[in-house]
Amino acid sequence: MSEVNEREVIAEVRAWLAANWNPDQTLVDWRSKLADAGWGMPHWPEQWHGRGLPVRLLPVINDEFVAAGAVGAAATGPRILASVTLLEHGSDVLKARFLRRILTGEDGWCQLFSEPGSGSDLAGATTRADFDGTQWIVNGQKVWNTSAHHADYGLLVARTDWDAPKHQGLTYFVLDMRQPGVEVLPLKQMNGHASFNQVFFTDAKIPADWIVGTSNNGWPVAMTTLAHERRPATGVTGASTEGRRGRVYEEARIEAEIANEPYRWYPQRAGRVDLVIARAKETGAWTDPVVRQEIAKLLTLARCTNWMARRAAAAHRIGRPQGPEGSLGKLAGSNVARQAAHVHTLISGAEAMLSGKDGPHDGIIAEILVSVPATSIAGGTDEIQRNIIGERVLGLPKEPRSDTGPFRDIRRNT
Amino acid sequence: MQFAFTDEQDQFRSVVRRFLSDKSPTTEVRRLMETTEGFDPAVWRQLAADLALTGIHIPETYGGSGFGPVELGIAMEEQGRALLCAPFFSSCVLSAGAILNAAGEAQKADLLPAIASGQTRAALAVTERNGRWDAAGVQAIGTRTAQGWVVDGVKSFVIDGCTAQMLVVVARAAGSIGASGLSFFLLDPNAAGVTRIPLTTMDATRRQAKIQLERVPAELLGEAGGGGDALSRTFGHAAIALANEMVGGAQALLESAVAYANMRVQFGRAIGSFQAIKHKCADMLLDVELAKSAAYYAAQAAADDDPQMPALASMAKAAAADAYMRAAANTIQIHGGIGFTWDNDTHLWFKRAKSSEVLLGDPNHHRELMLQRLED
Repeated sequence: MSEVNEREVIAEVRAWLAANWNPDQTLVDWRSKLADAGWGMPHWPEQWHGRGLPVRLLPVINDEFVAAGAVGAAATGPRILASVTLLEHGSDVLKARFLRRILTGEDGWCQLFSEPGSGSDLAGATTRADFDGTQWIVNGQKVWNTSAHHADYGLLVARTDWDAPKHQGLTYFVLDMRQPGVEVLPLKQMNGHASFNQVFFTDAKIPADWIVGTSNNGWPVAMTTLAHERRPATGVTGASTEGRRGRVYEEARIEAEIANEPYRWYPQRAGRVDLVIARAKETGAWTDPVVRQEIAKLLTLARCTNWMARRAAAAHRIGRPQGPEGSLGKLAGSNVARQAAHVHTLISGAEAMLSGKDGPHDGIIAEILVSVPATSIAGGTDEIQRNIIGERVLGLPKEPRSDTGPFRDIRRNT
Repeated sequence: MQFAFTDEQDQFRSVVRRFLSDKSPTTEVRRLMETTEGFDPAVWRQLAADLALTGIHIPETYGGSGFGPVELGIAMEEQGRALLCAPFFSSCVLSAGAILNAAGEAQKADLLPAIASGQTRAALAVTERNGRWDAAGVQAIGTRTAQGWVVDGVKSFVIDGCTAQMLVVVARAAGSIGASGLSFFLLDPNAAGVTRIPLTTMDATRRQAKIQLERVPAELLGEAGGGGDALSRTFGHAAIALANEMVGGAQALLESAVAYANMRVQFGRAIGSFQAIKHKCADMLLDVELAKSAAYYAAQAAADDDPQMPALASMAKAAAADAYMRAAANTIQIHGGIGFTWDNDTHLWFKRAKSSEVLLGDPNHHRELMLQRLED
């Protein structure tokens, strides 16, 4: 690739924004222009709505968007997972059909991976897809599906060969969510929110060629999706819509509100360390030497976790490999959340029994206490993180497996 | 704030590590534990002459190399890893720190070069039999007489107090309390009125002494009664250095636990394949990495003269002490029965961890200090 001149790129995007950006158009119209010109995903190939520019230029391009007040492409959340997976493994037919409407935000997407019978052991999926000669017929159940209730398409991992070993009998599909064989029900959590769904398939149909990658080779494709799930999204996110007037901003705000709704309780899930000192002073617990010890342990844990992440990032910047140490941060985050819940309980005393408008801090403390247990489960349990750390960082041997041979013969949940 | 070591710092670390793995294998540690002095004068001379470690953080104007708390932290971490038996912490960290913080310009120029070159080994005597690591615990009295200053009192837990060639002592004006009225004094350990009694320490790799002082002639360092801040700064910097030493020891324990878990077979498999052991090792790694983050950050804060340094020093001391102690207990547990034997090396680090946990104040003490200092 020829050397890309950063100044030329900046001049180019600036000129393009000057000619094309204005907030008084529909969000879809604006994003269609982005998709046509390639400025929404400038690091994508030119053939697929990008400009083939190096990833390192994203920040400076984004700066131009921010300066112009321009909104970015729609590829965030499950949409980014769909787009990067399709870009990497999808056929040209699938890319042509789906990528553009992902970037414009016209289609919503969801992930259909976890099942009631396979959580940590994702490759143990038993949702089945059978080919009837013309199309795939899907039966089974998925769970923990964010956004499934307003998704148009799903990224589905289903079993297509029951005689193969478990990682070799899975296929990765695109599934049309708007069909009679697909039923989406909310899943109410112990904290009262319903941020996820359960999705039931009863003879749901998939066209023969809506396979991402190849048949029975869905596991590496699923790994691609999961790798991007753990990585911060890249792309032009554009300017904040806050306090701005204009049709694009208003539509983008509504879109963001819908997208963010399931995550409203996520700050509480992490333990709200930020509230601790003020709350302790408010209740008088700040002068209790026993509580102070626990507060100090929490602040130490929280700060060290932050510094550890910054050390990993700094090592990465100077070219040292970044690998499974992400698991260390995940595990540390669980410890912070648990200790925070413990401290909030100590600080609140009897009021820790109350929730809603009767609960301390407008019910936020109660929400912390009943949300923290999710932290050590979601996105890979603490136990799985410890296995990853033990095996891939420390080099300890794996457990002997009891799930080899044909999948059909492996013991599983019934 | 810098979150990665520079190439030069990494190179420095590997030089120190190579030297120490050569000079301080556990066979040497065990040999020195049995000697009266508790260290090898030949290795000390090499440490000073070949590596210039003894003056690493002392300014060049006072005969040192002029590096800062980060390089000192690296030197300490590597010593903790190798469990080096040497009066480095007592002389180069505590005593040099006290002189740097308390003494006048002429005194610094007079005293520090010999410490920086390793020629003079000094010890700092602050704590008394009450076991306190703060100004309020000091009861020894410094009195101005017609012939000059004299010091009376009993100091305890003085690291390398019996072998030191120079004593720096903290004492107070009669009738004063708290941080006011504290002064630093320089004493000749061989002067009349000094009685040095070796203490039997659990950790034989770091010696301590009780020192009785009866009307011992002393040179006042800095200004009379102005030692409170100097003491607090000296202990802050020392806590950061000790925290770095502790994470080095904890890392050595982690590596030994993981190596053993990979090698030891029970029930037909390496015990490291059992999640009960594997998860313990993973938790140890997390613990050690978090403690390193605190120790490194505090050293960087000291280098930058960050006003948060005292709070960060306490945070690092508490975090490193807990991580080290847990690593030591877990490493013994992972080794099983053999881990409880004298022949296995784990107890050497266990004992250093235990004494370091309490030295300069235990984790509870430092957590409380940290909260108070965060509010300052």
